[in-house]
Amino acid sequence: MTHAEHPVLATDGLTVRFGGHVAVNDVTCAFHRGTLTAIVGPNGAGKTTYFNLISGQLKATAGRVFVNGEDVTRFPAPRRTERGIGRAFQLTNLFPNLSVLENVRLAVQARSAHGFSLFSMASRHVELIEQAEHVLARVGLLDRAGAVAATLSHGDKRKLEVGMMLALERDILMFDEPTAGMSVDEAPVILDLIRQIKADTSKTILLVEHKMDVIRSLADRIIVLHNGYLVADGAPAEVMSSPIVQEAYLGTGVADHV
Amino acid sequence: MLNTLFSGDFPRSRWLTGLLLLIAVALLLAPFLFPGSRPLDTAAKVCIFIVLVASYDLLLGYTGVVSFAHTVFFGMGAYGAAIALAKVGPGWGALLTGGALGVLSAMVLALLIALFSLRVRAIFFAMVTLAVASAFAILVSQLFHITGGEDGLSYSLPRELTPAFRLVQDKVFDVRIDGRLLTYYLVLTACAGLFLGLLRLVNSPFGRVLQAIRENEFRAEALGYRTVLYRTLASCIAAGVAALAGVMMAVWARYTGPETTLSMDIMVNILLMVVIGGMGTLYGAVVGATLFVLAQNYLQTLMAGLSSAVSGVPVLPNLFAPDRWLLWLGVLFILSVYFFPTGLVGRLRGTGSGR
Repeated sequence: MTHAEHPVLATDGLTVRFGGHVAVNDVTCAFHRGTLTAIVGPNGAGKTTYFNLISGQLKATAGRVFVNGEDVTRFPAPRRTERGIGRAFQLTNLFPNLSVLENVRLAVQARSAHGFSLFSMASRHVELIEQAEHVLARVGLLDRAGAVAATLSHGDKRKLEVGMMLALERDILMFDEPTAGMSVDEAPVILDLIRQIKADTSKTILLVEHKMDVIRSLADRIIVLHNGYLVADGAPAEVMSSPIVQEAYLGTGVADHV
Repeated sequence: MLNTLFSGDFPRSRWLTGLLLLIAVALLLAPFLFPGSRPLDTAAKVCIFIVLVASYDLLLGYTGVVSFAHTVFFGMGAYGAAIALAKVGPGWGALLTGGALGVLSAMVLALLIALFSLRVRAIFFAMVTLAVASAFAILVSQLFHITGGEDGLSYSLPRELTPAFRLVQDKVFDVRIDGRLLTYYLVLTACAGLFLGLLRLVNSPFGRVLQAIRENEFRAEALGYRTVLYRTLASCIAAGVAALAGVMMAVWARYTGPETTLSMDIMVNILLMVVIGGMGTLYGAVVGATLFVLAQNYLQTLMAGLSSAVSGVPVLPNLFAPDRWLLWLGVLFILSVYFFPTGLVGRLRGTGSGR
């Protein structure tokens, strides 16, 4: 079996239980190269938890995660990142007291072999700094490079969050509500960026998003999570018109889909 | 040149630069500026504590790891050199072998502690180090036929480091160039080298990862850094440097005992020095250690003077009695933490950054 036959990313019966509550329940799904899959569902549906199980921040109670056919279920987060998973977090997750440039530079450095370079000066690894600046230019933060990350506006923090993932140059990119809380002027920067990344067909993109117009314009496919279950999966038009989604998404009369 | 020496990490404040220059010049010329054995002793201890505190700051300030076992590593270096000198005799071979063994065993112990406990939560690691520190102190006190127990060990140094050794027959600027002076400059050079080495380390790609771990370990992991490995390596390096400081302490003091190397007091003092100077800035170690060691050695003298100056006034002479120096040290500490929560360095950088 060659690697080409495998989906880039797959989950098989993925489940996580917190006490009596099952946050993600038996989700089996595969993601293919060059596609953008939107993951939708009401709050508490398990979208972010599903992401955490894939990128390794949470350990699954049952089920498995595969990257390019390799079982990574037992890998901690750093090894999954090595295998190709890049993640931008929903709640902004930066290095608050370091500069904007340093935040991205650390991401660039993570995929270089320089982490255990003990006695060279970080400021002399010009290639890492240049790559970090390139990423900052892409997310529109180059003019803020010297600012301390904690002092950025909310929108700029979201851009930096996405920039840190881009700097990793992974094949699988997971965006968790990248435009949440951003102003109407700022959101297009991120959305254009996702569009650009999508044009590069070697990437596999997963996107959690609430705004239906965004999903309609970007997604090749939608999967719907509800109460931890995968309840719908298909082309955007088809999924959006299905009654189950209308109901789940509007959150009215939450039906039991089991 | 200067950029390479200081790894591009300058004091970034006119006042701080001035203060550091003052400390550096005072240490460099201490034997000539302040004649006598007590000032020289204080100067040497300032040097040694700068390195010890800087190595602790690598853990606490840069990596965010709280450890109470730093004196254990300091002690292992000191006892390594001391036991070799006391049992084998005052030779360079004994000193270097003993010192090297002490440093090596400190790094191995740090590795073991890290492997057992760095994976888990910070509070657990702190408790483990506390237990190790107590166990080690008991071990040293019980193995008295090797360590001298509570009495410690006194020993002679290689001849070149003794006061009897004359490098130059005549006095220079009224100061005898003897083995003691030679020892001081050896300690000073080694400390300067170690400090600049640590400064390079915290400004290396590795040091940046340590800061990332301190800032947000979760994200550092998500970026692909195996944070346990980084923290383990940082622990081992800090232990090694602390042990080297211990070797220097053993050489300088010509005596090694639990009181001077292992006691919880010293651990607390190291913590105070880091906090007073400013965590996460190695220059804070310089400022904190200098002020603290000076206060330790001269606050009593200062207070004796103050006490006799106000001898006519009621209550005050008692308040400033030299015996109460610890009280005033405590007051100074509380004030400095209250007014300079980011340490003296943070404070100086905040106000004097008009460079």
